[in-house]
Amino acid sequence: MALRTWLSVLPGVGREAVVHWWMQRLTAAVLVPLVVWLAFSLAMLGNASYEAVVSWLKTPAVTGFLVIFIAVTFYHTKLGVQVIIEDYVGGWLKKASLVLLSVACIVCAVAGIVALLKITL
Amino acid sequence: MAQFNLPANSVVKPGKTYPAAAGSGRVKKVVVYRYDPDSPENPRTDTYEIDLDTCGPMVLDALIKIKNEIDSTLTFRRSCREGICGSCSMNINGSNTLACIKAIEEIPGDIKVYPLPHMPVIKDLVVDLSRFYEQYASVKPWIKTQGPPPSGRERLQSKDDRERLEGLEECILCACCSTSCPSYWWNSDRYLGPAVLLQAYRWIADSRDEATVERLEELKDAFKLYRCHTIMNCTNTCPKGLNPAKTIAEIKKLTAATGS
Repeated sequence: MALRTWLSVLPGVGREAVVHWWMQRLTAAVLVPLVVWLAFSLAMLGNASYEAVVSWLKTPAVTGFLVIFIAVTFYHTKLGVQVIIEDYVGGWLKKASLVLLSVACIVCAVAGIVALLKITL
Repeated sequence: MAQFNLPANSVVKPGKTYPAAAGSGRVKKVVVYRYDPDSPENPRTDTYEIDLDTCGPMVLDALIKIKNEIDSTLTFRRSCREGICGSCSMNINGSNTLACIKAIEEIPGDIKVYPLPHMPVIKDLVVDLSRFYEQYASVKPWIKTQGPPPSGRERLQSKDDRERLEGLEECILCACCSTSCPSYWWNSDRYLGPAVLLQAYRWIADSRDEATVERLEELKDAFKLYRCHTIMNCTNTCPKGLNPAKTIAEIKKLTAATGS
């Protein structure tokens, strides 16, 4: 009976769960073409000089795609790893891990984008 | 939370062996998990050698033969012996199934029989399904309507609408699927599990039910529904050949479609 009562009064976390599911799929779909493009581009730049790579990065479309790629990758990472933590970790460690995960993903994404913009701007 | 090692008092140890009677024909070993709540001893696996020439064709027949002829203390649930009551669900050679429809002939080597995984064991092959039934009750598995039936008659369904319940209404709640699911093992206090979600969808898909939105709202939860990661253990193991993973995917699509 305790569980049944508890199940019926769960807080309104439903919206968040649906958004999480949607965003995980949306970011995955966005990453498919971006990863293919990036892999192809890096392969083409295999023997390029430093200057050539910098000038490639400075192309506005490339800068734009890379900013999107970095942001979406770390958001997707956050969503995926969050599920693993929720599955396997409990108690205070779960809360701490989730906070750490969010902070790490934001720091990495911001650092990546700032580094890229410092090169290109 | 995930638990990867058994507590010391749950570690299974080898138990007794009951050799086949002299003059037995085709002998098969049946290794059975035993746990006696009244004894301080750890669980053990007892080995029974049975004569297939004097035994029925199914694993349940073997268990009944053991209980009748060799060891009357062996405890298990059984009722219909034809795959419709769901009582004799257990883990046989690594897969959850119904002992009454699992043929001995299908099993090469010894038959290994354990209770449903990751459930509290009451005795031997009998597990505590209280939480499973509470979860079932939580999805309100009955028709919910707004008004009275049309002109005092029963609520009718078209053939097409009835067709949508195929693959859903055959579920016998044996719990084979739920107890094969790692997400259910780790989070059964919050995740409803494949069997209960299939039952929830059985009412969502019913054209006569008028509480679809309410039912979907209830399921929009990171744990109740979204702990399913589509690994398909449920569909692989279902002894009735149903596809709970697909019904969970249908619920996810509907919750996404009805807006966040």
